[in-house]
Amino acid sequence: MYDVIIIGAGVIGCAVARELTKYKASVLVIEKNEDVCTGTSKANSAIIHSGYDAENGSLKARYNVEGNRMMDELSSQLDVPFKRIGSLTVCTDKARAGELHALKERGERNGVQGLQVLDREQVLELEPHIADDVVAALWAPTAGIVCPFKLTVAMAENAAVNGAEFRFDTRVENIYSQDGAWHIVTDKGEYISRAVVNAAGVYSDVLNNMVSDRKLSITPRRGDYILLDRAVDGYVSHTVFQLPTKLGKGVLVTPTVHGNTIVGPTAIDIEDKESTATTADGIDSVIAMSALSIKALPTRQVITSFAGLRANEAGHDFILGEAEDAEGFFNCAGIASPGLSAAPAIGRYVAGLIRDKLELSEKTDFIAQRKDILDPKKLSLEERNALIKEQPAYGTIVCRCESVTEGEIIDAIHRPVGARSLDGVKRRTRAGMGRCQSGFCSPRVMEILHRELGIDLTQVTKSGGDSYIVNSRTKDGD
Amino acid sequence: MNSSYDIVIIGGGPAGLAAAVSAYDSGARSMIVLERDEQLGGILNQCIHNGFGLHTFKEELTGPEYADRFIRQALERGIEYKLNTMVMDVAADRTVTAMNREDGVFQIKAKAVILAMGCREKPRGALNIPGYRPAGIFSAGTAQRLVNIEGYMPGKEVVVLGSGDIGLIMARRMTLEGAKVKLVAELMPYSGGLKRNIVQCLDDFGIPLMLSHTVVDIEGKEHITAVTIAEVGADLKPIKGTEQRVECDVLLLSCGLIPENELSTAAGVELSPVTKGPVVNESLETGVPGVFACGNVLHVHDLVDYVSEEAARAGAVAAEYISGSSEPGGREITLKAESGVRYTVPMTVRPDRIDDKLTVRFRVGDVYKSAYVSVYFDDERVQHKKKRVISPGEMEQIILTKEQLDSHPDLQTITLKIEQP
Amino acid sequence: MTKRELTCIGCPMGCLVTVELDGDTIASVSGYTCPKGKAYAENEVKDPKRTVTSTVRVVGGKRERVSCKTASDIPKDKIQDVMREINSAVAQAPVGIGETLISNVAGTGVDIVATSSVGKYHG
Repeated sequence: MYDVIIIGAGVIGCAVARELTKYKASVLVIEKNEDVCTGTSKANSAIIHSGYDAENGSLKARYNVEGNRMMDELSSQLDVPFKRIGSLTVCTDKARAGELHALKERGERNGVQGLQVLDREQVLELEPHIADDVVAALWAPTAGIVCPFKLTVAMAENAAVNGAEFRFDTRVENIYSQDGAWHIVTDKGEYISRAVVNAAGVYSDVLNNMVSDRKLSITPRRGDYILLDRAVDGYVSHTVFQLPTKLGKGVLVTPTVHGNTIVGPTAIDIEDKESTATTADGIDSVIAMSALSIKALPTRQVITSFAGLRANEAGHDFILGEAEDAEGFFNCAGIASPGLSAAPAIGRYVAGLIRDKLELSEKTDFIAQRKDILDPKKLSLEERNALIKEQPAYGTIVCRCESVTEGEIIDAIHRPVGARSLDGVKRRTRAGMGRCQSGFCSPRVMEILHRELGIDLTQVTKSGGDSYIVNSRTKDGD
Repeated sequence: MNSSYDIVIIGGGPAGLAAAVSAYDSGARSMIVLERDEQLGGILNQCIHNGFGLHTFKEELTGPEYADRFIRQALERGIEYKLNTMVMDVAADRTVTAMNREDGVFQIKAKAVILAMGCREKPRGALNIPGYRPAGIFSAGTAQRLVNIEGYMPGKEVVVLGSGDIGLIMARRMTLEGAKVKLVAELMPYSGGLKRNIVQCLDDFGIPLMLSHTVVDIEGKEHITAVTIAEVGADLKPIKGTEQRVECDVLLLSCGLIPENELSTAAGVELSPVTKGPVVNESLETGVPGVFACGNVLHVHDLVDYVSEEAARAGAVAAEYISGSSEPGGREITLKAESGVRYTVPMTVRPDRIDDKLTVRFRVGDVYKSAYVSVYFDDERVQHKKKRVISPGEMEQIILTKEQLDSHPDLQTITLKIEQP
Repeated sequence: MTKRELTCIGCPMGCLVTVELDGDTIASVSGYTCPKGKAYAENEVKDPKRTVTSTVRVVGGKRERVSCKTASDIPKDKIQDVMREINSAVAQAPVGIGETLISNVAGTGVDIVATSSVGKYHG
């Protein structure tokens, strides 16, 4: 019997897990996919919102602003790239410039600091490539960008180091309560716990509805994005939102912490909770709409496009805390935008609720610090050569686009909650994330996974499940 | 290994090897080839099909055999090389920074650098193909490596998008290895591949080539299960109502090659927006003095024989450059590509710096039948050669003679055009 | 009378050449632009030949496959038979470039030779 079982190893589940490992509790995280950060957490805008956008008094507002404030300390403790670059919400219609002031006031009531309405000249100073029609913008200096993979992986690793267990490829089929304990029935057997955290993203309604009569309804909202080559780095240096119009919320254009530029998302409500297929219309509209805020963005330099699903709940707010009619069942449901920004605060809040419920006491030996995979590029020449001498794998470049060495990949595989697939390696090291999109490095990474995990090449997958890369040997047919 | 060399050659594929051999034969001795793979020969090692070397060796070789000829030439001359070595930076002062397991990160000062890094394939992302992002989608060259070098099959039912030569070759390879290649879809109304490959890789095995077709959807959440292909109109946009679903477990992409110029850019080398390779003069010298380029890093070639020929020239001029025997260039004439000609290599020519003749290579942007390749010296047409067919898939060339150039002392611009009768 | 349509591979033109056959005898050839087209079509109809390239399994080597080819062209209709023999062949490392891997493959009188080398694997 575990004290707590967390269902879902996205950014929310991992945030809760890490916070819970500060207490004397046994924690298990169950994830249906093969790795952490494989659902909503992996495909989003990768931004930490300032918090002006959410309705006053909403949970979104509260945890967004709180989460934002936690990011400096958290990113430094966990060695996760985070940059507070600030955001601009641009307005292209003089008649609507007043709405920026309304947003500013809303933001201030949410507790966002430093908001300012800038005129065109001031905007131009910050963003020289701003579209000609932009007349004014709301400047939010506290907004930032983060690597969502690294944030999630870091929290998971740190939770694991502090005692949390992880079970991947494990799908929850039913949940029931018996004799004061929760039974989690999965395709890999049954697990029992005192408390359950529902952090199942777009499936959080399904899980909630297994145990509660307060039914939830999540509609996945698909967002298509394009990612531009690092050659475009510097074209845009802040997160640029568009003031919503009758035609929609607009798209954002933002740098990523790794120097790419991201453009998106669309917002299309869909039925299928796994439908992350992009559409030609979606990609076309993202490209077209970027022009509303940024002039002549080099969208031809696209290196990939992808779609993410936001877990939109019918009530349009986060649903956090113990279900009223299911004692010990804690929801983190409806975590749509600004879920990534709010994740640290949600983790702390929900873990606090569970601590109180289960009367958990604090650990004295919690390890708060975690070091990311060593990036040899950040070392001096002497340090780097000393490292290669000791561990020659750091002298072999595997991914040439992102200059990732074999040493980093081996580290990614063998650390706690390590990578087991090409995507797992990619999310942790960026191997395959560059402009050739793994054309060069995938056979090499496969080879390393095969060697380090002791599995056959035919068992190496892109992202677990049936996502094999090769399925037979040549000459084996007859 | 020394800390300085006269010539550093980046890349030990066909271009780098031919450049090294030729530099040696032109008198250079202090040189080193840096190769990132575990063997010399570059991409040829995985191109196990035949059809290489007809021009160079007057016989048909496979890729590894062609590479072997040049590797032998390099070894016979005792040319120094380093394998498993990734060049990380080339500075404008020709300091080359590289890394490998044994030597760590090291720097080499070079008097001349020859860029011979080759090219890479356009990945799916750059093609904006909508749909899921499952496993089972490969650039044709990646699949070629898996099948030919590693000996693994990516699947059994294959759709190929793009009729570039690697795609055609892989359609045959996968078929011979027991896979069912269902079709090759090509966005353009013509194939960029060689006719010979269309016949011997597709027709021989009854694989349909669907021109003016593209992939408009990819199905499969974990592994690819099907694609939807559709016909495209003259605007290259899919035509509604022409969609057809094709089940498959592999999608191969053969949609073009891009010269690999990250290092060149870092060195301050100017690139052509058309070729995506360095802008070079008649000596294949880039805008950065002492930095030369050849092979697919300069522009994507159709035949390796031309790579070798071009690289040999780069090696010879680099050898001349380091010996200091090259004099300042004299007048410079600009080459312009117009009406159907997409680009020329080189982009400028200094008549004082060429021997008797200069080969100017170019490609066209469309298929032309019974058209003329014309060369203008300013406004005067000096060449007008009828060609039965000119197609974007094949590199073309014209020859300029020193004599001709010398007889036009005031010549400013040489223009290449395709002219219809 | 039977008709065969062939695409000439002589140049990018790709002429569609039609050969009319009266039994085994060529009655007419049409559609070509130059003599190469005619010769190609006649050859393709009478005695089409191909070089086959593939890989052969290697044991005890640094690699598990070695690239190979038919040392000269083989009749086109023998491709499948040749592949079958190639697929079941096993070479012992080391393999040198040019080394014969299969003699007289599928009774064609042509050998399968290695087109690259594979060194012995030493631990």
